[in-house]
Amino acid sequence: MALPQVKQSALEARLEGLSLPQTGAWLGMAQSDALTRLNAMGLPAPRDEYWRFTNPTSLTAPVPTPAALFSPQDEAPMFDALDRLKLVFVDGVFDADASDEIALEGLEIERLAEAGQADIHWAKDIYGKLEERGQDPVQRPLATLNTAFATDGVLIRATGKVSKPVQLVYLHQDENSDAILHHVIRVEEGAELTILENGPAAARFNKVMEVDVADRAEFHHVRTQGRDHERRAATHIFARLGAESLFKSFTMTANGVMTRNEVVIELTGDNANAHVAGACMGDGDFHHDDTVFITHDAVNCESRQVFKKVLRNGATGVFQGKILVQPGAQKTDGYQISQSLLLDENAQFLAKPELEIYADDVACSHGSTSGAIDETALFYLQSRGIPHAEATDLLTLAFLAEAIEEISSEEIADDIRDRLEAWLLRRRG
Amino acid sequence: MLEIKNLHVKLEEEDKAILKGLDLTVEAGKVHAIMGPNGSGKSTLSYVLSGKDGYEVTDGSAELLGEDLLELEPEERAAAGLFLAFQYPVEIPGVGNMTFLRTAVNAQRKARGEEELSAADFLKIIRAKAKSLKIDADMLKRPVNTGFSGGEKKRNEILQMAMLEPKMCILDETDSGLDVDAMKLVAEGVNALRDEGRGFLVITHYQRLLDHIKPDVVHILADGKIVKTGGPELALEVENNGYADILAEVA
Repeated sequence: MALPQVKQSALEARLEGLSLPQTGAWLGMAQSDALTRLNAMGLPAPRDEYWRFTNPTSLTAPVPTPAALFSPQDEAPMFDALDRLKLVFVDGVFDADASDEIALEGLEIERLAEAGQADIHWAKDIYGKLEERGQDPVQRPLATLNTAFATDGVLIRATGKVSKPVQLVYLHQDENSDAILHHVIRVEEGAELTILENGPAAARFNKVMEVDVADRAEFHHVRTQGRDHERRAATHIFARLGAESLFKSFTMTANGVMTRNEVVIELTGDNANAHVAGACMGDGDFHHDDTVFITHDAVNCESRQVFKKVLRNGATGVFQGKILVQPGAQKTDGYQISQSLLLDENAQFLAKPELEIYADDVACSHGSTSGAIDETALFYLQSRGIPHAEATDLLTLAFLAEAIEEISSEEIADDIRDRLEAWLLRRRG
Repeated sequence: MLEIKNLHVKLEEEDKAILKGLDLTVEAGKVHAIMGPNGSGKSTLSYVLSGKDGYEVTDGSAELLGEDLLELEPEERAAAGLFLAFQYPVEIPGVGNMTFLRTAVNAQRKARGEEELSAADFLKIIRAKAKSLKIDADMLKRPVNTGFSGGEKKRNEILQMAMLEPKMCILDETDSGLDVDAMKLVAEGVNALRDEGRGFLVITHYQRLLDHIKPDVVHILADGKIVKTGGPELALEVENNGYADILAEVA
C-alpha cells in the first residue's frame, strides 16, 4: 500500500539531514533493512490512532526544537551514591574519558559502531530484530527510524551475575542536539544485570533499547528522566523474555515538555515475569505518555503494569497499555493499573487500557482512576501539625509509592524516594 | 486552657445550624466529659475546634490559652497545643506510621521555634511510648492506620497524643469500636498523660469509658448547647436513666 502523500513528504524531510546507512557489515545491513521498513510505514502523524493523545510533530520534525541547557547545580547527580559502572554519553555520543573502565566479571560492553563492523556478532540476532517483532500489530516508526540511523549506543552482554549496576548517563550540552542512540542487551541464561539510566540526553532524544533476556535470567532497569524541562524524548524498550526469566523496568519522570516512553514486551518462555512501572510528576506544559504493549505467548507467565502520574497546572499524562494473551498462553496472570492524582482542575489524564485475550484459563485485571487529593487524609495530617504543603507532598509520595515498590533493589528504591522528596521540597520553595 | 463562648456553627453546605450558643471552659489539669444523644453536635464541636472544612462559625469564640483558635489553620492549632483523637482515624496507604509521626513531631517543633528531633532521639522516645501502649515495631512500620483493627487505630491515636504532648486533648468517642480490654489499654494511655498542665475533653456516648478515665466535670450536650453540668455522678445518671429525663428536666 502506498504511503499517503503527507506522510511521504514528512518522512523525506526528516531523512534529509541524516546520513544513509552504510551497507556491508551486519550493522549496515540491519540499518538498510530498517530504512526499507521505515519507507513503507512513514512517520507517525497526529491523526494516527496510536498518537491520538500525544502530538508527534515535535518528535518527527526535520530539526529539533532547541532546548535550553539546564544545570542542576543544587543537587548531586542521580545514582551518585551507588556503587556502579558509569558510561557517559554527551548529546548522544559516547564519552570514553568521562566513563568508567569496563572491567567487571560477567560483563561485556562494546560500542555499537565498532562492534557493527565485525563479521559475526551476538547482537546481530537482536539489533533491529526485536524492534521489528514489536511492529506488529501496531507500528512504531520512530523506533525503526532509530534502528536505521543510530550512530552510537552500546552492546551489553551479561554472562553471569553482574556485581554492580551499569549506569548510562545522558548529558545534554548542546541546545540543538538531536541524538539517536540504540542499545542492545543480552542477559544470558541464569545471568543478572541491572541497568540505570538518567539524564536529558539532548534537545531531542530518540532511544531504543532491545533487551533479550534468556531463560532463568534477570534484567532490572531503573531510569530517571529529570529536571531538564525543554528536552523532548521518544524512547522504546523492546524485550523478549525466556522461560522463568524476570524483567523489571521502572521510570521516574519529572519535567519534560514531551516524553513518549514505549515498552514492548514479549513473554516467550513459560513462567516468565515482566513488571513495568512508572511514576511521574508533571507541572505546566509537561506532557508525558506511557505506551505499553505486553504479549503473553507462553504458559503461566505474569505481567504487571503500574503507572502513577501526579499532574497539575496544565500538565497532561497519557497511558496506553495493552495486554495481549495469545492462544495457548494459559494460566496468564496479567495486571494493569494506571492512576492519576490531579492536584488542580487544569491537569488532564488520558488513559486507554486494553485487554485482548485468546486463551480461556487466564486472570487479567486492569483499572484506571483519576482523582484529587484525599481531603480527609489531608485534614488528618494537618491536624497533627503537618502544614498543608508538606501534607500534600506526603500524600503525593504515598500515591507514587506503589510504583516505586516495583523496584527490587531497596537501595535504588530509597535513592529514587530521596530524589522525589528533594524535588517536591524544591517545588514547595 | 480552652475557652468556648456562645459558639454558633452551621454546616456550610446545608445551611443547618448544629451548635447554637455553646459555652464551655476546660481548665488545665482537668478532665471534662461531654455526653449527649446522637445529633446533639458532639463531633461537630471536635471538628470545628480542630479546623475541619465544611463548618461555618456564625457567632461566638473559641480560645486556647488566649489564642483565637478559629483564626488558625488546622496545623497551627496543633502547634498551639490542640490535639483531636479521631472517632474514625484515617487510613493513609503509602505513608509509613513512623515517617508520619516524625514529620508531625518535627513540624510542630519547627512551628514553635524548637530544634527538630534527630532520628535516633525520635526512635528512642517512640519505642518507649509505643511499648506501654502495646504497639509493636510492625505497627510502627506499617502505613498509617492501614489495615489496623479498631483497637489498633485507637491505640495509634493515643500514641500520637503521647508523642505530640499537646496541651489540650479532645477525645472524640474514643471508646467506639473497642472491646473492654482495648478500652482499658487506651484509658491507661490517656491517664498516663494526665497532668497539671494539660486539659482533656472526653466526648462519649457512654458512661463506661468514664469508669476508666475519671472526669472532673460532666456536661450534657443537647441540640447544640450545654444543657446541664455536674460531677461524675451526672454520667451515672445518664447511664441509669438515659437522656430523656435530663432533657425533660431542662426543657
